[in-house]
Amino acid sequence: MAEALKHKTHGDALLEIRDLKIEATVYPPDEDPHDITIVDGISLKLEKGKVLGLIGESGAGKSTIGLSAMAYGRGGVRITGGEVILNGRDIMKEKTRGVRHLRGAEVCYVAQSAAAAFNPAHKLMDQVVEATVEHGRASRKEAEKRAVALFRKLSLPEPERIGNRYPHQVSGGQLQRVMTAMALCSEPDLIVFDEPTTALDVTTQIDVLAAIKEAIRDTGVAALYITHDLAVVAQVSDEIMVLRHGKTVEWAETRQIIEAPKEDYTKALVAAHAIDHEEQKPAGSPALSVKNITAAYGGGKIDVLKDVSVDIFPGQTLAVVGESGSGKSTLARVITGLLTPREGEIEFAGRTLSPKLAQRTRDDLRELQMIYQMADTAMNPRQTVATIIGRPLEFYFNMRGKERDRRVAELLDKIEMGTGYADRYPAELSGGQKQRVCIARALAAKPTLIICDEVTSALDPLVANEILKLLLELQREEQVAYLFITHDLATVKAIADSIAVMYQGKVVRYGTKSEVLKPPFDDYTDLLLSSVPEMQLGWLENAIAGRRMESGGN
Amino acid sequence: MIALPWLGRVPIGAAIGLFFTIVFLFCAIFAQWIAPYPGSLIIGGVWESSSSRHWLGTDNLGRDLLSRMIYGAQVTVFIAAMATALAFSLGSILGFAAAVIGGWFDSIMSRLVDLLMSIPTLIFGLVVLSVLPSTIPVLIFVMGFLDSTRVYRLSRAVAADINVMDFVEAAKLRGEGRMWIIFREILPNALSPLVSELGLRFIYAVLFLSALSFLGLGVQPPNADWGGMVRENREGIVFGIGAALIPAAAIAALAISVNLVADWVLNRTSSLKGGRGG
Amino acid sequence: MGGWGSILKLIAQRIALGVLLLLAVSVLIFMGTEILPGDVASSILGQAATPQALENLRRELGLDQPAIVRYFSWLGGVLTGDLGVALSNRRDIASAIAPRLANTLFLAFWAAAVSVPLAILLGLIAVRYRNGVVDKTISGLALASTSLPEFFIGYVLIFIFAVTLNWFPSFSTVYEGMPFWQRMQAIALPAAALTLVVLAHMMRMTRAAILNVMQSAYIETAELKGLSQFDIIRRHALPNAIAPVVNVVMLNLAFLVVGVVVVEVIFVYPGMGQYLVDHVSKRDVPVVQAVGLIFAAVYIGLNLIADIAAIIANPRLRHPR
Repeated sequence: MAEALKHKTHGDALLEIRDLKIEATVYPPDEDPHDITIVDGISLKLEKGKVLGLIGESGAGKSTIGLSAMAYGRGGVRITGGEVILNGRDIMKEKTRGVRHLRGAEVCYVAQSAAAAFNPAHKLMDQVVEATVEHGRASRKEAEKRAVALFRKLSLPEPERIGNRYPHQVSGGQLQRVMTAMALCSEPDLIVFDEPTTALDVTTQIDVLAAIKEAIRDTGVAALYITHDLAVVAQVSDEIMVLRHGKTVEWAETRQIIEAPKEDYTKALVAAHAIDHEEQKPAGSPALSVKNITAAYGGGKIDVLKDVSVDIFPGQTLAVVGESGSGKSTLARVITGLLTPREGEIEFAGRTLSPKLAQRTRDDLRELQMIYQMADTAMNPRQTVATIIGRPLEFYFNMRGKERDRRVAELLDKIEMGTGYADRYPAELSGGQKQRVCIARALAAKPTLIICDEVTSALDPLVANEILKLLLELQREEQVAYLFITHDLATVKAIADSIAVMYQGKVVRYGTKSEVLKPPFDDYTDLLLSSVPEMQLGWLENAIAGRRMESGGN
Repeated sequence: MIALPWLGRVPIGAAIGLFFTIVFLFCAIFAQWIAPYPGSLIIGGVWESSSSRHWLGTDNLGRDLLSRMIYGAQVTVFIAAMATALAFSLGSILGFAAAVIGGWFDSIMSRLVDLLMSIPTLIFGLVVLSVLPSTIPVLIFVMGFLDSTRVYRLSRAVAADINVMDFVEAAKLRGEGRMWIIFREILPNALSPLVSELGLRFIYAVLFLSALSFLGLGVQPPNADWGGMVRENREGIVFGIGAALIPAAAIAALAISVNLVADWVLNRTSSLKGGRGG
Repeated sequence: MGGWGSILKLIAQRIALGVLLLLAVSVLIFMGTEILPGDVASSILGQAATPQALENLRRELGLDQPAIVRYFSWLGGVLTGDLGVALSNRRDIASAIAPRLANTLFLAFWAAAVSVPLAILLGLIAVRYRNGVVDKTISGLALASTSLPEFFIGYVLIFIFAVTLNWFPSFSTVYEGMPFWQRMQAIALPAAALTLVVLAHMMRMTRAAILNVMQSAYIETAELKGLSQFDIIRRHALPNAIAPVVNVVMLNLAFLVVGVVVVEVIFVYPGMGQYLVDHVSKRDVPVVQAVGLIFAAVYIGLNLIADIAAIIANPRLRHPR
């Protein structure tokens, strides 16, 4: 299909990459250093003013390809084959001087973490205009005028004065926009956006995304937009290239990728959040009741949780959604007993749970298990899978020897991993497998409730999807309830039975999934819901337009 | 890289370090059996040069230098090892306890260690030795006590890092006792940085002891560690006699060897941790 | 500006903490000489002393007073520049120390003047040719030389440059009114030994500090702006590297101040270190206390400067939100 597209494009290419090969030397312990191939035989073509989205999971080589357009290899990465033709010349053949004149002038870069990418010692304005002045693209005065205009276009507050601030004096979302202004300031032909919104909260992401899209449209600059989120890239690109393990899977126009993907991998990516799950209505008495919890850290004055009440029913899933700082993880800490609340109580299976961990009975502990976001740190790296899963069996059920081994094997089977994994250490497992082992450890205790704290947010979308399906399947088999803490509304929509939306320590909306997701909404839920990118063309424009109308109507 | 039995593939530097460390330890342990002459017996002229009878020549009193070097290895390694053992037991137990218990215990211990570490070790050692006799137990105690502050800082930092990991929290939520958490969850993960630090502390103890003995405040004659032997033979230097350089070089060789091994242990373990799949 | 106000406050706090630390250290040094079974009087007179002689000496030394009273009278003396009298020769300690302190500072100054620029230069070279042969050699030598005892370096230098080549004297005798160049020649070897003692460590730490800055994302940003290597270093690396490097230098100077003790003994150089060691052997407690306190004060002072440098260079503190 790549061939077909090549023929379709007539306009003169701004950037053409042919058969790119990128390698790096790795230095594993106890082994001699050797070379590995990161990108293998990638070809692409980008016309003036067009946006190409590069998408793939971690390790797909997308950032490496993006940086090759600037003849740059990050951290010892070497471009060992192929051609990168920019404005009609092969930049791989350029000398140091030639490469310098192209960076920051013809091609500019927007990094994932603007907070780290700005020099803490200089004012923003000095950094924004630096490349423009350095390459003689404008005088300092002219460049500053341009910068202010760009700040205004990107809806930064106080566009005249924000340049006088230092990076740490500006918020993350604003800094990301300043970085975009920095890239646009020298009026380049091409900008490489490297996951520019990934580190931001959803409600901030949409604004930055809209600002970037508008800026690209108005300035006519071409862009390589790198991300792992298909829904995001669908909003800004004309074409999308799907990458996996350093190779092209599929390359086509955005509409075709989203609406009629050809390759299985692309199809799986597009369908990532389509999970079969029928909402269950609350039935019987709740497994766990959180009643009027108010809590603060370290006996402090500032309440992180304010009068929070929710119920979780047996065998059902309550999803707690909110952005960073909303108090959702604190709620988990209070339920587990790690943080003693100032007011309120927690009822579990009809009895009141002691607020302090040390005073809970072993059975209370057993019935309330937890799965963490980072499976890496949630398992002792010095214990084997068998020990990790077997310990709760020993500890709660006093199972030893053969009996324990048999149960460990059963649990491994449940999480769709063979007994061959029993003797492995966590470091020898993939990210998805690690999370599965953590699930098995929680299941080993035969709990009534498992708290899942952002369990899929560190995983690639397809792996995350598998984990969610597994969790739902286990829920049906074991009748276990989940308290699912997440910032990702798409996940919530896929698996929840009830939803609690948290904002600044309060539950602002709570009910069954269909109730919570049905208008009319309160302001915050509306903002949150309308901010989650959907895999559909034109979603961004609609969302922004909807927002403008609302604020106009108010 | 070369392959070694039990250890697998080892960088050449570490293998050399390992070899010499073992040689030195062997000399120290079996000094009585392998030394050709008794250490304090005068058997020749002053500062004889090396010969088939005396491989390294004789010292300032006419004693066999090789024999004295071998006995010196015993004294040096013994005192340094004991001081290191003391420093480790004291420092790591208190450091772990401070990290796990926290609260007032942690605050008091840490402030105290800050205070002790604000005086250079050698100076503090000299102040104490100005009133205490330089006997071997006193040396071991003073060196071990002063060095335990560094072990304390490291163990506390390592344990505190591990203590906040999710797997420790998971163990706490499971209801595990404090002993299980310290010995089964924290210790196995803290061991490798501590083992590497053990090597560095041992080197430091060797250098510290040598410095004290060289200044005449460490091991007292007729016994001598390597530092003391440098002191005994230093007058020879001006006459172009290098006897003092031999124990000095031995100290350097021991320190470098242990350093190479410790460096390898540290690199090995810090890379083991970064096992990320995907 | 508000930024400087809060910085001054932080610095003042840090200095106050340093003074407090120094007070605590003076208590510790005083206590360190109190752990003796028996007391100074019996250690001076030895076991054969008559009880009457002991009694007299104790009264003379003020040992009949409780420790706390003695501590405060000692501290009061120190604060007014009166360090007491040496037990061994009854001379005023302060006036005995003054020329020796000057000698030690002279030696330490020249050692620092050579080692600091050299270490920074070598550190920069190691960073520039990172993982290359130069870097590996420098790092290897650094690893080796942190394991070398001072006297090994010292005697090798004497053996080569004084005994074999006869370029410098093997003993660094200096006296009052000695001509500058002669004095420089006398301290050449001890200064070289001190330089070698701290050089490797300082270079390694400098390399790490600069590397830490060079691997920051903002250096990559600068590189992707197409700036020249020189501009990247001058505009982006240097402003952020100064504080960590100053920190490294100060910590190593503190290290050097301690190394001076052994080096002075090796070269028989009439400085503070030599003076301290002599009087430790003589069990001359007042001298040991005074010199120990001075060494500790210098050490704490240099650490203090290191901290203050870090405070001043931190843009987050200079320009608060």
